Amino acid sequence: MCLGIPGRIVKIDDVTKRLATVDVGGVKRQINIACIVNDDHPVESCVGDWVLVHVGFAMSRINEEEAAQTLKILIELGEAQAEIEAMKLSAAQ
Amino acid sequence: MKYVDEFRDSEKAGFLVREIEALVSTMTLPPGRPIYIMEVCGGHTHSIFRYGLEGMLPKEIELIHGPGCPVCVLPMGRVDDCVSIAENPGVIFATFGDAMRVPGSKKSLLQAKADGADVRMVYSPMDALALARKNRDREVVFFGLGFETTMPSTALTVLQAEAEEITNFSVFCNHITIVPTIKAILDSPGLQLDGFLGPGHVSMVIGTAPYEFIAKFYRKPMVVAGFEPLDILQSIWMVLKQIKDGRSEVENQYARIVPDGGNAAALQAVSRVYELREFFEWRGLGSIDHSGVKLREKYAGYDAERKFAIPNLKIADPKSCQCGEVLKGVIKPWQCKVFGSACTPEMPLGSLMVSSEGACAAYYQYGGHKSYKEAV
Repeated sequence: MCLGIPGRIVKIDDVTKRLATVDVGGVKRQINIACIVNDDHPVESCVGDWVLVHVGFAMSRINEEEAAQTLKILIELGEAQAEIEAMKLSAAQ
Repeated sequence: MKYVDEFRDSEKAGFLVREIEALVSTMTLPPGRPIYIMEVCGGHTHSIFRYGLEGMLPKEIELIHGPGCPVCVLPMGRVDDCVSIAENPGVIFATFGDAMRVPGSKKSLLQAKADGADVRMVYSPMDALALARKNRDREVVFFGLGFETTMPSTALTVLQAEAEEITNFSVFCNHITIVPTIKAILDSPGLQLDGFLGPGHVSMVIGTAPYEFIAKFYRKPMVVAGFEPLDILQSIWMVLKQIKDGRSEVENQYARIVPDGGNAAALQAVSRVYELREFFEWRGLGSIDHSGVKLREKYAGYDAERKFAIPNLKIADPKSCQCGEVLKGVIKPWQCKVFGSACTPEMPLGSLMVSSEGACAAYYQYGGHKSYKEAV
């Protein structure tokens, strides 16, 4: 819950609601990207961004190397698997 | 489970450990005790144990595992409140999985679910809102839990519910804020601390300015740290260097994620939706002024505390539990009377045993600490 998991934005779903689809370790889910957009970086320009996702909200833009490194650590901590499972379970309800 | 012996860049880690040793050897130690450094964040605690970092550090340094795990500081009374809301007919109670097994005075949410309450595990507050959209005839209550890291997500979900005019959704707000809590720890009598590792992802939201008082008024070094083993070792070195130089500053080791000004959009959502509570009850630490937030009057329609009759009883921690002493670093987890006997991760008595970010569960799971090994 507290550690963000890295993912890559693959699609913008709703510009007004600031919703996008992110790929986290092969699992796709919708997230909110309101906290990483601004005038210089509008919603439309977010596809391809690597982001740190906390409970379904992108909280920080990161680079690809940081994303890979963070994912590796989260896997070693056992947190990545738990997050991805929670994402899948939650989506199924 | 065994901690990770070899991790990426273990050579670099070895180098950092030697740098730490070299620095410590030139320092004047506090009389009769090691240098105490508190890591505030539960994510750090988990990482420290997983990679066996404590065992790599010279014996002159001792890490104190602070209160930065929101599940671990949740008082029993609040869990009882959750169960009470969840047991209302017609309610769907949505919670992060982490909170399911936290013991209340009678039962946990998991037990409430087994007894028939409609408790759902969700990954995100957005999923709770989706449940409300799908089940218009039910009341969906989301259990808002966490520090500033998750606070904006709940706030943005409330704003989304408002925009869509969804009325069968509310939040049982238990979000807490780290700064007053660090202050309360610094004010607790007899506490000996020489510096802090600051939380990474909380700081990503709030920035580094809110910690200035620690450096200015309490004269303690604070280094905002990342979660990788190398981040943590480097941050420990930075804290030690400040102590050695006689400085007390807020430094940012995790600048690649933490902007000094925090996240403007997240902070804006937070200040729109919440206001500070006068006080909030913490497990093991008691009541701390201004350490929690609640929904503003404007969002009363989304506030479960106003929608439901909530028992709001203060339940004392079990007598045998010493979570508070562990949180403040007064005793080590294994020195607690019930550690590993009446209190285990499978059957937790105290909340520090529930989450992998809790100090007790970490010791129990990894057990790789040198003084722990000596003690058993």
